[in-house]
Amino acid sequence: MNRLGFGGWTILVLAAVFFGVPLVMTAAFSLWEGGDRYGWSAYRILLASPQLFNSMALSIELALATVAAVLVLLLPAMIFMNLYAPRLRPLFEFVAALPFVVPAIALVAGLSALVTGPEWLIGTPFYLVIPYFFLALPYAYRAIDVGLRSIDLPTLTEAGQSLGAGMGQIIHLVVLPSLRTALVGSTLLTLAVVFGEFTFANVLLFHTYAVYINEIGQHEATAAAALSVASFLLTWAAMLGVLLVGRGRITEGS
Amino acid sequence: MPKAPIAWLFIGAFLAFCAFFLAAPAVMLMVQSVDGDDGLTLQYFAALGDYRYRVAFSHSLSLSFTSATVGVIAGGLIAFAVLKPDAPRWLRAVVTSFSAVAANFAGVPLAFAFIATLGSLGLLTSMLKSIGIDLYAIGFSLFSISGLTLVYSYFQIPLMVIIITPAIRAMRPSWREAAENLGASSGQYWRLVGLPVLAPSLLAAWILLFGNSFSAYATAYALTSGNIGLVTTEISAVLSGNVVSEPGVGAALSVGMIVTMVVVLAISQMLARRASAWVKG
Amino acid sequence: MATVEIHGVRKSYAGREVLAQLDLAMTDGELICLLGPSGCGKTTLLRIIAGFIQPDVGTVVVGGQDVTKLSASERRMGMVFQSYSLFPNMTALDNVRFGPRVAGRPKPEQLKRATDLLDLVGLAAHAGKFPHQLSGGQQQRVALARALAVQPQVLLLDEPLSALDAKVRVQLRDEIRRIQRETGVTTVLVTHDQEEALSIADRVAVMNGGRVLQVASPATIYRVPADGFVARFIGSGAVLAGVADAGRVRMGALMLPATAATAHAAGQHVELFVRPEHVRLEAMNGHIPPGALAADVRETVFLGALTRIRVALREADGEVWADLPSEHAEAFKPGSPVLARWDEAAPRVMKRLM
Repeated sequence: MNRLGFGGWTILVLAAVFFGVPLVMTAAFSLWEGGDRYGWSAYRILLASPQLFNSMALSIELALATVAAVLVLLLPAMIFMNLYAPRLRPLFEFVAALPFVVPAIALVAGLSALVTGPEWLIGTPFYLVIPYFFLALPYAYRAIDVGLRSIDLPTLTEAGQSLGAGMGQIIHLVVLPSLRTALVGSTLLTLAVVFGEFTFANVLLFHTYAVYINEIGQHEATAAAALSVASFLLTWAAMLGVLLVGRGRITEGS
Repeated sequence: MPKAPIAWLFIGAFLAFCAFFLAAPAVMLMVQSVDGDDGLTLQYFAALGDYRYRVAFSHSLSLSFTSATVGVIAGGLIAFAVLKPDAPRWLRAVVTSFSAVAANFAGVPLAFAFIATLGSLGLLTSMLKSIGIDLYAIGFSLFSISGLTLVYSYFQIPLMVIIITPAIRAMRPSWREAAENLGASSGQYWRLVGLPVLAPSLLAAWILLFGNSFSAYATAYALTSGNIGLVTTEISAVLSGNVVSEPGVGAALSVGMIVTMVVVLAISQMLARRASAWVKG
Repeated sequence: MATVEIHGVRKSYAGREVLAQLDLAMTDGELICLLGPSGCGKTTLLRIIAGFIQPDVGTVVVGGQDVTKLSASERRMGMVFQSYSLFPNMTALDNVRFGPRVAGRPKPEQLKRATDLLDLVGLAAHAGKFPHQLSGGQQQRVALARALAVQPQVLLLDEPLSALDAKVRVQLRDEIRRIQRETGVTTVLVTHDQEEALSIADRVAVMNGGRVLQVASPATIYRVPADGFVARFIGSGAVLAGVADAGRVRMGALMLPATAATAHAAGQHVELFVRPEHVRLEAMNGHIPPGALAADVRETVFLGALTRIRVALREADGEVWADLPSEHAEAFKPGSPVLARWDEAAPRVMKRLM
């Protein structure tokens, strides 16, 4: 057991304490019912609240819509850029890095100053998909880029063409299947990012899951703790999905 | 290229979307930040000199600087310990998957987890109190910059573990063996080979962590309800009308953030070029 | 410069024995090759000499001093790794002066030594380049110079050529030989390439299954292999299983000429090894003279100056190879009947490995 050396074990034990204690404490706290009584009442309150499910459903819908936006708007553009316009790569790289330089809160400030209508756009929660797309852009771009680089797109396309396939067939039959891992990875990362997003929704006054946790935390501390534990487990489930489907390739892109 | 008009349609749509909803808002902020009632004005940027905003910037910068540095050091050490060639396999799997979760566990849930643990009524706080250690009496507060740094470390350290792992994996065992074989001590190896080789990756990771913390909003908002001013919470206060200030001030604050990130990136690019003279390309 | 002695070294990993009670002695200034298939323990042995691995039992003695307990950094050995072992953040010159630098030599001395050694390996013009700007062969030359910069008692080379192109490999092989002669440093080279071992070494140690099977000069290893494994592993040749019968080996109905069979009791199960250069072929014209074997050509392989012909014996289940000058090989087409013979003193006869 001392193959890591004394230093290695010290570091890992300290890390385990730092990361483990808040989780255990939060889980314990979520079971507290005042005084020295413990029980599941916080979880019962949550499950009885229709708001929880409404907000969760909204967050899931938004996450899926964002994934769709990534697949429709970003993925084809990246494939075609690699095939027909590799000179545009620096521009794409710049655009993908831009959300990193423009913090979410600044983007939301700019957006609300610039876009003041029409009501059918900014009045619906799906307006959030626009900023969410940019929130996910750096992660999704990186994951897809890693995937595209690993498959040598021009050669695959030439091979497909020499066998008589049209461009549509090549993309459908050759390119997308070989990008499967990258797409699954970027999809789950997008889901995780969007699901926990608070900034845009809070400022633009939409009732997503994260906003709901914040609200409930103002007056129901144990319920908030219960939701935090649940969120951690949900994120874990999503990440395990990435690890299993992507066979450990999550290390890139996130 | 006449061969693939549809390709240009998709590329064009993506770029137009980014131009309109990403670049244009950024430009809009810049316009708004200098657009007074009677033409150009610097009054909004002048307002950044107010005590309130000076504090917010210094809070944001010191929080980002500290949490990025803590994250790089602690995360780097953890990743290194776990990636030692004879470290048990299960340990690696546990740390990798936990890091992936914890790095994404930012925002409101994280804040509540820490309030439940180390808040003034938190479980750990009460437990320590019952054995005679009163954290809040000796100056600790979760709702201070040092408290925020502690909370931010919870996602910064795992993020570091994830992004530095490929770089540590790329270190070849034969470098270490060659150094040892040539008579170098472990310290000499790290000073002359290990750290210089890792330097560009460490720098890039630090920048990423800095930006991650600088633009974070949800954690701080849920934890302090705006009592500790950060640039992000100040912007949100302006946007939601919680403070009496003009939108121009919010725009100026946002431009200030963008400029800060650009400056940090520029400095890191300069350092990176010096640190990676030997890198391919 | 020093002698190296390995005494009774044994090493196991998780119950699997990698080195079994191994002894080996090297004289001062000698170049010895550890040759064997992958997994034979040759790299483990090299790393034990270097000090990266501790043996379970046994000692490593260098220049009369027991170094078994010394760490790798205290042993003053220069090692060249398979590939990519140069420090990527240092120029060729800085790589070479690394050893003197960590030993705290004055800087002018470091630079002088590094420049001299880069000169020795023919890379003085590339001193300022980073590893990624050098070709694979150049990188290995720098690695060699770096290993020599510590004035090692022993130079250790771990498959230094295996990652290089065939042509560069031969050039660098000759270069290593030249430099080893010039510096006179005792050298251990690990390789799985028998041609490399035979062409470069003073002596070759053939290893298999954690044991040294034979240590001898390249010529002896080739001509007088100690056992069936060495005979099969080194060079090419036919293996015919039979029973010793005075000055011959009986294989079914056939009697194969081999004086070496007299060393074995009649009736003993043996193997006969005959190399392609010892087998002669002639066209068959009906009768079979004594000492000749009837056979049919199966396949011909053009090798340049020589053509290698595979023939199947008619009276027994066996094949032999014959190397003929290419201009004489035209006559032997696949399917044609031939007579095969060899000088009865040529084959090796060894007890059959069970």
